[in-house]
Amino acid sequence: MMKVEEKLFQNRYRVDADRPHIRIKNESVCNDGCVSRACVVCCPAGCWSFEEGKIGLITDGCLECGTCRVVCDTHGNVDWNYPRAGFGVLFKFG
Amino acid sequence: MTQNIEKFDVIVVGAGPAGNAAAYTLAKAGKKVLQLERGEYPGSKNVQGAILYADALEKIIPDFRDSAPLERTVIEQRMWVMEDESYVGTTFRSDRFNQMPGNRYTIIRARFDKWFSEQVQKAGALVICEMTVIALLRDAAGKVIGVEVDREDGKIYADTVILADGVNSLVASRAGLRDDIKPAAVALAVKETIFLPKETVEARFNLKGSEGVVIEMLGSISQGMAGTAFLYTNKDSISLGIGCMLSDMKAQNTTPAELLEKLKQHPSVAPLIAGGETREYAAHLIPEGGYHALPELYGEGWLLVGDSAGFVNAVHREGSNLAMTSGRLAAETLLELGEKGLPSTAANLARYKARLEDSIVLKDLKKYRNIPDTLHSQRQFLSDYPALLNGAAHEFFTVDGQDKATKEKAIFNAFRERRSLLGLLGDAYRLWRATR
Ligand code: SF4
Ligand code: SF4
Repeated sequence: MMKVEEKLFQNRYRVDADRPHIRIKNESVCNDGCVSRACVVCCPAGCWSFEEGKIGLITDGCLECGTCRVVCDTHGNVDWNYPRAGFGVLFKFG
Repeated sequence: MTQNIEKFDVIVVGAGPAGNAAAYTLAKAGKKVLQLERGEYPGSKNVQGAILYADALEKIIPDFRDSAPLERTVIEQRMWVMEDESYVGTTFRSDRFNQMPGNRYTIIRARFDKWFSEQVQKAGALVICEMTVIALLRDAAGKVIGVEVDREDGKIYADTVILADGVNSLVASRAGLRDDIKPAAVALAVKETIFLPKETVEARFNLKGSEGVVIEMLGSISQGMAGTAFLYTNKDSISLGIGCMLSDMKAQNTTPAELLEKLKQHPSVAPLIAGGETREYAAHLIPEGGYHALPELYGEGWLLVGDSAGFVNAVHREGSNLAMTSGRLAAETLLELGEKGLPSTAANLARYKARLEDSIVLKDLKKYRNIPDTLHSQRQFLSDYPALLNGAAHEFFTVDGQDKATKEKAIFNAFRERRSLLGLLGDAYRLWRATR
C-alpha cells in the first residue's frame, strides 16, 4: 500500500510558509462538539488528524479540493480559502 | 486601478474550459476581455480525468486538432461491474473511431489548458495569472460592475463578469449569488497519473498509433458508496481514479487515498498498471447534484458557467464539454446584447438561460434530473446488483457437472433472495423513470 505521504511527495508545491490558507474557526468544536470528524476521513491529502483528543491541520500537502469545508456542514467550522495567488499545489498533469 | 483608467467589456474569472471558451469567443469577436487566473499558469490548479469531447471544442475552435495536445483517440470503451475478485463487463471497440475526425480524446489537463489559454491570448484577451479575485464590486443598485483582486488598489471594472472559477466558486457564494455546495450534491474524486513506457501501454490495451481505451468501473470498489472509478490511457501514462459522493464518504471510515490504493490492488486493475510510476496525485470535487441542485445562473451584471454553475452530467461522466458549451453560450449572449445595444441586466441576461435550455447543457441535465436521488435512495443498484451479476457469471461459467437449467435456477433464486420479484420489477421501473 502506497501511503498518502508517498503520493503527495510526487506533487509540486509552492508552500506559503507560516500562512496556512485553511483555518479552524474554533478548535474546541472539533475536539468536543463534533461527532463525525468527517474532515479527518474525507481529506484526500491527510491534512487533518485527530490524536489524543485534539484536532490537527497541516495544509502543506493540500490539494485545494474544498472537501473539508463541504463535509463540515453541520458545524461550519472551517475557514476555507485558496492559498495566496501563485502559492499552493502546482499540478503538472492535473 | 480606478474606473477612469481602464474598463473592460468583460472580466472572466478562471482559466479552465468554461472560462477559456468564454474568453476566446468574446475576444475573437473583438471584445475587450480580461481573464484572471489564480494559478501560476493556466492549468496549474485544474484537475480532470480527463476526456475531451471533440464536439464542444469544435464549435469554438474548429481546427483544434491541428495544434491541441491530445493524448489518444478513444476507440474502445469498457464498462466493468465489479466484485472484489472479478468483474462483469462490456466492451465497445470500433475502428470507425479511427476515421477522422475523432470524437473523444484523452488529454492531460495541465497541458491542454496551457494550449487553450494560448489560443485565448492569440484571440486578443488579456490573461493575468497569479491573481485571485476576492470579491465582486457592485454599484448602489447592486449590479455587479467589476471585481476586486488580491493586490493593492485591486479594483477592476467591467460591463459584465463571467464567473468560471470552478466547483468551489468562493467568489459566487461569498457574494451571495449561490449557496455553498452540499455533501449530497458533490463527489470527491482522487486520481493518480501513472507513467509507463508507450509500448507497454499499447501492448497492455491492444492499441496502435494514437488509439486509446477508457474503462468505467462501478461496484464493490466504492464500498457501498455511490461512486465510480475510471481508467484512461494517455500516450505514456494511465490516469486512474475513483470518486464517491461526499455525503457517503462522510459516513464511513475509508480515506480517499485508501480507496484509490484498493482500486490499484484489484486483481483486474493491478496488472494494467504493474511497474508504473506514479508521478502525481490529485483530488477534485465534482458537482453531481444535477438539475435540481442548479443555482441561479445569471443576475445583474453576472453569469455563472461550467462547474461553478454545477453543469455536470454524472451519468455520462460529462463536465468539461458542458463547461465549454456554457462558456461559449455565455459569450454569445453578451455578443448578442452588444449588437443590439442592450446592457447586462438580469432581464437581458435571461437569454443565456434560454440558450442553455436549447442546448445539450440543460437538455441533458433535465433528462437525468432524477438520477442523483434514485442512486441515493436505492442502494441495491450499487451493492446488490454488482454482487449478484458477478455471482451469476461465476455460477454460469464454472463447469462443474451441474446442468445448465439447475444453474439458471440457482442464479434466479440468488436474485430473488436479495430482492423480491416485485423489488426487481420496481428497480427496473425506477431506473427507467430516472432516465426519462
Ligand atoms: S468536521 Fe468540522 S467540526 Fe468536525 S472535526 Fe472537522 S473541522 Fe472540526
Ligand atoms: S481542501 Fe481538500 S486537500 Fe486541502 S485540507 Fe481540505 S480536504 Fe484536505
